[in-house]
Amino acid sequence: MKPMNEMSLAFPSSSSNESFARAAVAAFVAQLDPTIDELSDIKTAVSEAVTNCIVHAYRNTIGTVYISCKLYENGKITIRIRDKGCGIEDVKQAMQPLFTTAGGERAGLGFAVMESFMDVLRVTSKVGVGTVVTMHKTIERRSKVSVKGKMAEE
Amino acid sequence: MGVRLILKEGELTAVLSGEIDHHSAREIRETIDDAASKVKPKLLTLDFSDIQFMDSSGIGLIMGRCKLMQVWGGAVRIANLPPKIEKIVSLSGINQLCTVVKGVKKDEADE
Ligand SMILES: Nc1ncnc2c1ncn2[C@@H]1O[C@H](COP(=O)(O)OP(=O)(O)OP(=O)(O)O)[C@@H](O)[C@H]1O
Ligand SMILES: [Mg+2]
Repeated sequence: MKPMNEMSLAFPSSSSNESFARAAVAAFVAQLDPTIDELSDIKTAVSEAVTNCIVHAYRNTIGTVYISCKLYENGKITIRIRDKGCGIEDVKQAMQPLFTTAGGERAGLGFAVMESFMDVLRVTSKVGVGTVVTMHKTIERRSKVSVKGKMAEE
Repeated sequence: MGVRLILKEGELTAVLSGEIDHHSAREIRETIDDAASKVKPKLLTLDFSDIQFMDSSGIGLIMGRCKLMQVWGGAVRIANLPPKIEKIVSLSGINQLCTVVKGVKKDEADE
């Protein structure tokens, strides 16, 4: 299936870009007319993935964070967040709730949040090369066409 | 993002506003810890009524304050969670570490 729209972003891994990244993705997916709850889930998941690039992938350095987002006619959204940072040695372990290598102020819940707020979460990583997080969510289509169709039925 | 601190009868309340992420958590943490370490209150209330967004950095922030308060045997209470952030709070199981309450009026602490 061909996406009906797509966009990509690249920005430095400074923490001030966390709010920019989730707001930019939210503004883009708004075209599909998601509910407030769906939008809030997507913003939170994006914030988790982007923060991981900033906090873990590029710890003590600044690298580039890449986001690409595709929208499909049937309401499906795919979001890919990628870094060229340190990579993850054991992805399965990293995805366990409460697992964190940062200690102290981190809860170890980022992946658990992405998993429960989105429909699909896929993580691939290679040490020294980087990490790719892919997330899908299909939102209920409440397009003008279907609203019209419904009105015609009544 | 902002933190407003209210101290009343040995209890400290931090009224938080704006968005809590990894970027903003640092300043919130420093502001609260500064005051809490001086006062050593028996209760720290984190008031979330004016929070528009929170990711897992906010959960880390709550967990960290629970740890700090334990140093002198104090407790943490989180209050007025907006529906928007209830989902992440319940997923985190943070209610095992601190009490979650509804309806603590801001002006109650202000009087
Ligand atoms: N992009 C990444 N690059 C390198 N390591 C990562 C990346 N994303 C996650 N990790 C590793 O996976 C662990 C778990 O990530 P997760 O987001 O679940 O928790 P956290 O970031 O440690 O804490 P929280 O997200 O609750 O603040 C991290 O501690 C880190 O070791
Ligand atoms: Mg994380």
